[in-house]
Amino acid sequence: MERVPILKIGRTLFVSIQIELQDDTVVRLQEDLADELSATGARGVVIDITAVEIVDSFIGRMLSMIGSISRLFDAETVIVGMRPAVAITLTELGLSLNGVRTALNAEKGLELLNGKA
Amino acid sequence: MNAVPIRSGDDVVRVRQLVRTAAAENGLSLVDQTKLVTAASELARNTLVHGGGGTATVEVVKSPIGRPGVKLSFNDEGPGIADIDLALTDGWTSGSGLGLGLSGARRLVDEFELNSKPGAGTSVVVVKWSR
Amino acid sequence: MADYLRDHHDKIVGRWSELVLAQVRGRTSLDEVRRELADLYSLIVRVLSDADDHAAGELRAALDELSRSRARDGYTPRETAIGMLALKEAVYEFVADTAELVPEFLVLSRMIDDLGLRTFEAYSAAREQIISDQSTSMLELSTPVVRLWEGIIAVPLVGTLDSARAQLVMEKLLDELVATSADHAVIDITGVPTVDTEVAQHLLKTAAAVRLLGAECTISGIRPQVAQTIVSLGIEFGDIATKANLADALALALRQAGMKVVPVA
Repeated sequence: MERVPILKIGRTLFVSIQIELQDDTVVRLQEDLADELSATGARGVVIDITAVEIVDSFIGRMLSMIGSISRLFDAETVIVGMRPAVAITLTELGLSLNGVRTALNAEKGLELLNGKA
Repeated sequence: MNAVPIRSGDDVVRVRQLVRTAAAENGLSLVDQTKLVTAASELARNTLVHGGGGTATVEVVKSPIGRPGVKLSFNDEGPGIADIDLALTDGWTSGSGLGLGLSGARRLVDEFELNSKPGAGTSVVVVKWSR
Repeated sequence: MADYLRDHHDKIVGRWSELVLAQVRGRTSLDEVRRELADLYSLIVRVLSDADDHAAGELRAALDELSRSRARDGYTPRETAIGMLALKEAVYEFVADTAELVPEFLVLSRMIDDLGLRTFEAYSAAREQIISDQSTSMLELSTPVVRLWEGIIAVPLVGTLDSARAQLVMEKLLDELVATSADHAVIDITGVPTVDTEVAQHLLKTAAAVRLLGAECTISGIRPQVAQTIVSLGIEFGDIATKANLADALALALRQAGMKVVPVA
């Protein structure tokens, strides 16, 4: 099983998903992020999904859960780079990503975390 | 048209890729491709998790007025669904999910047919037409 | 018959061209018609002489192409079919006196009838394609996404909002948001005559998708009657901002972007 790497930049954890997401991979990412948040005391998580072609209800739920978990560590999660087709599909599916914030791109996501936006 | 086995998470990913290719080759728009692949992902996961594994079939079809479409069939020999109406309700779940898998998949496609009996497995057939 | 037709190529094609030109006078030249028909004629001769297997397919393709171009150039179905059927008359004028060719002429005549019907099919398929292309391009023309300010885009909707159009609006708006990294999208519905539950659903979905991308969405141009319908239908816009007009929506977007409009001096 492939793993999604987590980068720490300052007080932010940065995740860029570049692989086809399998259920196990997302569950693993959630666990890894919880470990990292607890170990580093990071205050924010940026998850870049520019390369992600689909987000179904399982992946969507996992993203929401990552948001809720980060909040327990007093950190905020921002999902950035969602493709328009993915957003349209999510609204049709009836899924709103509770617990996370969204931004158009990584730069805006970081601004959001730093309170500039 | 050949049946692809669904026995692991890798198989679910492979089904998604097959569906993406078929949808792109038959003129579905990017948004429609994404909707169909997402529906396929939901249904393949159901086959794997609730049906204990099964098969998926990807077919190219033509509508009565000649529009091409992509038809997907998912079959398993799992426990089946006792109350189909309930299973298609938003938010109803037999497990720990959000209960949007079946009902959501239905909203993402143009045609949706579900056949299931307790103890006799489940079959879901969906079609998305190009516009 | 095939030999006869081959031997009298120039004369028959000439007469055929005249007959066709008489029907479609002024829209094309004799030379043009002659060139088009000579191609078809050679293919028909090849089919009749059973010389090769490809001729029938090539003939159908050539005929379809000719019928399609007739449809695009605005010819009527009648004028298009006459183009084929007139060949019968042209050939008949030459073979009428030759008794032994009459049975074969019947065969040719049946073949021409078939080809004539084929022109109808190709013609109407081409017309349908033209109509569908036109409605798609009209749909796109009727939904421009405009930039109001740095980071603020708007789509002014005019006319009825059915599912196909709502889908297109949503896609264009989201693509534009991503392309310009705008933070705010305004959907102006001043020009939308009625808002029923279906239209409201489309608007809500679009607003939800805009938010999923990480931008804000305002719906503006809510006229009094529309407001009444929305309330009486029990439609909830939730926390999506709504404004009476585009100016108010722009003011809101500017404020959210941390900007203020002040008088000069």
